[in-house]
Amino acid sequence: MYVAVKDGERAIENAHTLLAHERRGDPQVPGLSLAQISEQLALAVDRVMSEGSLYDRELAALAIKQARGDLIEAIFLLRAYRATLPRFGMSEPVDTGAMTVRRRISAAFKDLPGGQVLGPTFDYTHRLLDHMLAGDTAVAQPQSVPVQADAMPRVSDLLAADGLIEPSPQPDASKPVGDLTREPLSFPAERDLRLQNLARGDEGFLLALGYSTQRGYGRTHPFAGEIRLGEVDVEFFAEEVGFAVPLGRITMTECQMINQFHGSATQAPQFTRGYGLVFGHGERKAMTMALVDRALRARELGEEANAPAQDEEFVLSHSDNVQATGFVEHLKLPHYVDFQAELGLVRRMRADFEATADERLAIQEAAE
Amino acid sequence: MNAPAYNFAYLDEQTKRMIRRAIMKAIAIPGYQVPFASREMPMPYGWGTGGVQVTAAILGPNDILKVIDQGSDDTTNAVSIRKFFAKTAGVRTTTDTHEATVIQTRHRIPEASLGEHQVLVYQVPIPEPLRFLEPRETETRRMHALAEYGLMHVKLYEDIARHGHIATTYAYPVKVDGRYVMDPSPTPKFDNPKMNDCAALQLFGAGREKRIYAIPPYTKVVSLDFDDHPFERYRHDASCELCGAADSFLDEVIMDDSGSRMFVCSDTDYCETRRAAGPALDSQQSEGAHG
Repeated sequence: MYVAVKDGERAIENAHTLLAHERRGDPQVPGLSLAQISEQLALAVDRVMSEGSLYDRELAALAIKQARGDLIEAIFLLRAYRATLPRFGMSEPVDTGAMTVRRRISAAFKDLPGGQVLGPTFDYTHRLLDHMLAGDTAVAQPQSVPVQADAMPRVSDLLAADGLIEPSPQPDASKPVGDLTREPLSFPAERDLRLQNLARGDEGFLLALGYSTQRGYGRTHPFAGEIRLGEVDVEFFAEEVGFAVPLGRITMTECQMINQFHGSATQAPQFTRGYGLVFGHGERKAMTMALVDRALRARELGEEANAPAQDEEFVLSHSDNVQATGFVEHLKLPHYVDFQAELGLVRRMRADFEATADERLAIQEAAE
Repeated sequence: MNAPAYNFAYLDEQTKRMIRRAIMKAIAIPGYQVPFASREMPMPYGWGTGGVQVTAAILGPNDILKVIDQGSDDTTNAVSIRKFFAKTAGVRTTTDTHEATVIQTRHRIPEASLGEHQVLVYQVPIPEPLRFLEPRETETRRMHALAEYGLMHVKLYEDIARHGHIATTYAYPVKVDGRYVMDPSPTPKFDNPKMNDCAALQLFGAGREKRIYAIPPYTKVVSLDFDDHPFERYRHDASCELCGAADSFLDEVIMDDSGSRMFVCSDTDYCETRRAAGPALDSQQSEGAHG
């Protein structure tokens, strides 16, 4: 019986072989190619890149395949790989104002310079299962119009021109941008670290928190000022040549929430901002990130802060799904040493309880 | 997309230097939790990533590594971590407590006493001893800075008031070098006295919580208690059925569905060494008897 805990090595190897077999599934069914995952499960790839903090569609597709579609596991694979990569430096801030927009909507204005561009969205689809998709049917060619450069100023910039919204915080050029993968997070966290944490944070966790602010737990009166999806240039300042060199283009989703603010003794009433930015097409995540970002500014703006979404330590310490899943799932590891110690204590306390049973009965009878 | 080539012991040298700096600071301030930029390791958080990073940072090619989990070299996670270093560092591994120069452990301290040539690396889930009394890191750091440990004593006192004794059986808090209250990781309190005046360097790594702390060799480590309720070790009132040890921490093993059970040493190397030495060896003579 005792030998059951032995042979761990063989058990692990056998489990790995079995896992590989299960992952592949029925060998009669053709295996998935990375291109199929990247092209047809594109939003899964986007989420894995976003929360995995690594923009590489092919590696994200590989991670999804290896993880059998478990996205948190795929995010973990990508993060562990990312941790081993050398880093050359920080890119220049991406200019989302210069984005090649594929989708852009504002819930605050009916029309605005550049117009509303619905783009590829589930929003107005009827959620009816499309049985035609069970086969590989051809799809209609979408209509397209040429993009007009410089025609789409950000809604928040339009409002800022009138001073109706707080100015976008400018980074302090003398301070390096924080990176919580290189320095442990400490509190209170600055905006750069807060946004990095939220961008890597679990979509489900942030969704629930953002939702809770809408239901009154730290209400922020949000309007979706603008959501935009498209391609932006990534540039890197190369010391050797003395100017910023374009590295490539990536897809990003940005959300600017506009929130009510009543003003204070020192500040005129104006709208405030909540900001969300993620890799790929991830509107739900970008929106909820913006909601939580704004909620976490409660103290900075002198608001009452007693809801979970406003509690910086609570939110930023629990948003990471790789950390969360690791610690939750580590309960599967053997704990028999601590359990034995607890067992001894419970037995002792039960014995004490039995030993004093008569005494308690006597006290009870005396009381009656 | 070729398989990436990894550095000796997996971590890059820059990361190792960062971790070593944290370790040096931890040794300089015994029991103090030093924040460090924990990396994402290829095993999950909560499965020993802190211990693995500490081990990776201190391991040299001539080291001999032993990994135990629950006192045993053969539990699956111990096997997995040992294989990780055998593969990424190519170091020799062992199950022999005396032979090892680096011992990574989860939840136990070996029964055999450790020597000056050894480093014991603990895997730590929650490094903050005050965490369950005060969930905020900003607050607990302040409490440590001011050595404001009244809350912990109140907790222990409340245990006594309610149960007649201190109801903490593992991760029993200690005071290191008369200054910092420290979490010994979830080792049973039976192991606490082994930390005191230990010849080996003891390093603690918490990966998810991004903290490293240390007990330098021959440091005073005291389990918190009261004059009228002194600290007590606890072990099952039985002897190991395999080696007969009456001084080791025991695991209870359930034998069948009618509830019959046996007790065996949790430290498998200790148990095997005693069995190899012959049945006549009585626990009083065993070299592992400690404190």
